[in-house]
Amino acid sequence: MAVLTIGVFSSLIGSMNYDFALRLSDAAADKGHKVNLWFSGNAAGSPIKGQKHLKDYSHGEKPLKALLEKGIEICTCEACSVARGVNKTNAIEGVQWNAMHWYLAKIYSSDRVLHIGGE
Amino acid sequence: MADIKLAFIVQRLPYKSENPKLAATHAMAYQTVEILLEDGQTITPALCYIGEGVLNCVKDQKAMDIYGITSTEMHFKSCLLVDMDVYVCKDDLEKFGISEDRIADAEDMGADKKVQIVPFEAIQKVMNTANHLLFF
Repeated sequence: MAVLTIGVFSSLIGSMNYDFALRLSDAAADKGHKVNLWFSGNAAGSPIKGQKHLKDYSHGEKPLKALLEKGIEICTCEACSVARGVNKTNAIEGVQWNAMHWYLAKIYSSDRVLHIGGE
Repeated sequence: MADIKLAFIVQRLPYKSENPKLAATHAMAYQTVEILLEDGQTITPALCYIGEGVLNCVKDQKAMDIYGITSTEMHFKSCLLVDMDVYVCKDDLEKFGISEDRIADAEDMGADKKVQIVPFEAIQKVMNTANHLLFF
């Protein structure tokens, strides 16, 4: 089993990078790998609850909850999230809140790091 | 392994996206990551500006006056202030016609560290010795 840390900086809507990161995390977890997900930049707007799933847009809430149930650690950059109006009262439960050192600490103990930059 | 080397590679323009700033802030987090690591475990970042990313390093940016936000230059200088290795690609500066005296430093903030303007080959060496690469 390997440890994979994925940094996601792209938005939920606007590209398929975010969607790709979640699907990759899911596949890696299914293969028995430990996965850490870090949201920063526009990705930090994604852990908001109450998302409406429209067919034309990527949808983050259900996949995120499913990943949390699989034991994937998901953390959002607090400053990036609150700047986008996402705070602990309207966020998906189970998502961690921390600063950028969380990402660096997870990188420290990772076998592989996949950094998916923003737009 | 006691020390992990991270190379933060900035190749995007300033202000068009927030990525260059995020590169600097994530790199600076090496100063506080020890609270989450064991004794003896360290992270050593290197911040490298290449391609259009070198435009982040030009001094006298007026972001506060124009956008009301801290400038990318301030982030750049803060990295020097916390003794980070900061590299700017000399080849790309030449491509844009930017002379080295237009590149910011943090001497006015009291930084001992100097920006290192180096050929791309030197940046490749930094990348080759890093444990992980993070492209912004």
